[in-house]
Amino acid sequence: MSLAHYACGSREHGLNRRRFLQRSGSAAVAGSAIAGGLGSLTTGLAAEQLKAQDMRIVVFNMHGGLSQLESWDPKPGTKTGGPCRSIPTSVPGTHVSDLLPYTAKQMHHLCVLRGVNTSEDDHGKGAYMMLTGRRQTAAADYPQIGAVAARMLNDESRGLPGHIVVTPGGGGGKGNEAAYLGPKYSSISLGGSKPPPNTTKPDGINDEAELRRHDFRRRLNEEFLTRRRTAITDAYTHSYEQALRLMERRDVFDVSKEPQADQDRYGKHDLGRQCLMARRLLENGVSFVQVTHSNYDTHNENFNFHIEQLGEFDRAFATFVSDLFDRGMLEKTLVVVLSEFGRTPNINLYYGRDHWSKAWSIVMAGGKVARGAVFGKTNDEGTEVVDGQVDHGALFHTYLQAVGVDSTQSIAVDGRELPIADPAAAPVWKVLT
Amino acid sequence: MNLPIDITKTHVVHQWKHDRPLIACRISPDGQQAVSTSEDSSLQLWRIPGGEKTVLKGHESWVHALCYSPDSQQLVSGGCEGSLMWWAVRADAPSLLRKSDAHSGWIRGVAISPDGSTLASVGNDMLVKLWSTASGEKIAEWGGHERHIYSVEFHPSGNQLITGDLLGKVHVWNVADRKLERTIEATPLYTENKGQQAEYGGVRSLAYHAERKELIAGGTHKATNPFGAVHEPLILRFGWDDGVLRKSHACEGIPGGLVWRVQWLKDGTAVGVSGGSTGGLLLFFNDSQEKEIHRFKLPSLARDMDIHLESNMVATAHFDSHLRISVMNA
Repeated sequence: MSLAHYACGSREHGLNRRRFLQRSGSAAVAGSAIAGGLGSLTTGLAAEQLKAQDMRIVVFNMHGGLSQLESWDPKPGTKTGGPCRSIPTSVPGTHVSDLLPYTAKQMHHLCVLRGVNTSEDDHGKGAYMMLTGRRQTAAADYPQIGAVAARMLNDESRGLPGHIVVTPGGGGGKGNEAAYLGPKYSSISLGGSKPPPNTTKPDGINDEAELRRHDFRRRLNEEFLTRRRTAITDAYTHSYEQALRLMERRDVFDVSKEPQADQDRYGKHDLGRQCLMARRLLENGVSFVQVTHSNYDTHNENFNFHIEQLGEFDRAFATFVSDLFDRGMLEKTLVVVLSEFGRTPNINLYYGRDHWSKAWSIVMAGGKVARGAVFGKTNDEGTEVVDGQVDHGALFHTYLQAVGVDSTQSIAVDGRELPIADPAAAPVWKVLT
Repeated sequence: MNLPIDITKTHVVHQWKHDRPLIACRISPDGQQAVSTSEDSSLQLWRIPGGEKTVLKGHESWVHALCYSPDSQQLVSGGCEGSLMWWAVRADAPSLLRKSDAHSGWIRGVAISPDGSTLASVGNDMLVKLWSTASGEKIAEWGGHERHIYSVEFHPSGNQLITGDLLGKVHVWNVADRKLERTIEATPLYTENKGQQAEYGGVRSLAYHAERKELIAGGTHKATNPFGAVHEPLILRFGWDDGVLRKSHACEGIPGGLVWRVQWLKDGTAVGVSGGSTGGLLLFFNDSQEKEIHRFKLPSLARDMDIHLESNMVATAHFDSHLRISVMNA
């Protein structure tokens, strides 16, 4: 990677507005040093990549805190088990909640880690830890797994962003999720099955005019960047260029182009469409996709809400995993199902479960992850980990190792060598092949 | 027990403790027995007034649905595993008579026809099913609800069945031909909270008053935070003939409440049991006003109730593992 040559530009900080307008010859760009109009895409797109691997990651973020007892680590017939039962899976001896009948049939592809202990019951802090592999501190900020994947895995020649977050409403993907990697590795946020907003040419502008607009923008930018180049301006510049490539490949984001039968199999709800979108993006080479399913923060009527939510998730997720396998993609795609924490074994007075980070579960599949495996164990009532305890730091290492990234190495950022993952943690080698 | 009813004098006369939090309860029609269910998936029979307990085991999951036969000899329970169980509950040793794999998923409600010949069951599979109480054979099943069905009641004529679902739809079915006759909209009981991406509420309970020709539906509204149990109890009072909403019985000062069950007193007073972060309450409403005419604070959060009209007795099932018997008189 070549390092950027940024100008400090003390005197040039105050770009002379009159001179700028004179040079541009247009008041239309006044007030904007980097000209362009795709505001929603400026949260950051990748500019460079360290290496090109054909590996990908997809994360299912079960927002709010999926109950491990109603999913991956059921305890039927116990004080904490609740009304849900366990069912056998395609792996003899392994059972999951009866709320996951379709997923149970794909268990031979999955690896359940039942000994997760992150010791953090706050939503924001827990989510940060699970997505960055580090505990949040005031002194440092760390990139999320999506940003790391975009930096390490994305092949930019495909013209697609490397870090995409899919949510029902298109929200999320904000904040400093790329940290020191730079904003170009931040996510693009998609709303369900819709292409990114503002990726069509404005009405009334023909191809020739469009070319002229961008030539004009590039000339302005080049002149500006000769004196005022920073990581931020690089990111902006890159964003516009990638946005143009994105416009050319807009069809990649159009789930309606998938066969109707596939749309039916995934389910006619937001999550079904998001999963199909994820499959489509991965097939087109996007290195990281996060699908968010909301909401699992079930302090009240935990069981009713989990029946509803997992009723959507189960079939869509099982179809997704099965499709990746059938299409030969699972070997090159790491699938992770995580939350910010699990839920209390204790059932509260509102039939709810509260936040619980001391003994919960995540699921992985694909890449170098062992198939049909269960790692870790909780006690009979699910209150403590009794074997195979892992935390967020170990999991972050494991995600990267599962896609061929040596998580014990460093990344060069502006001349500094920064550890990819927490040096105090290590991968869970036992779940890797 | 034969004193005239006076809801303002309601007080607890018995409290019997089980090992685990209770879920549901009923009083036998003859008033000599109560049944509760608990988070250990068992049923508990309680002799009234002595409180002697017999535990019935058989369900593989929690039991929300209960009803006695009109002669009090049999009890039917519906479990979250989808099984219906018929129990002989008056023998020296109560026993299981039969078991049916009735629904896919939770059974939410059961009701027995006025003549005792037919049992209706509803559940998360969005099906309504009719069963012969004599043989246990299934008579009919049909769909028509778009979401989980929470409640079921027979019309006193036995000719109509009333079912309520998550979306606040109350369907009135013709029992003879299983045709949908009409739908009463109890949609104020349904909340779509887009911020939390949650659907919540529903028709948790239904009750019909023959003389008044009114239907009440209980549940919750103002669910500003369904995941955090921030919602208020609500009972809707409908005219039966026209299906028009006559009263919305809401309550002030109950920020965390939900009406698990509604029933009528003979004089047309509607009674709801509310459980939630505000605690356990019996709420009483008449048709003169929307807010309650009386509320009785129960000692612990309640999850179900059953009223025995002949004795003015109320059974309530509590989170603190107690079945409580209260009377509505001095």
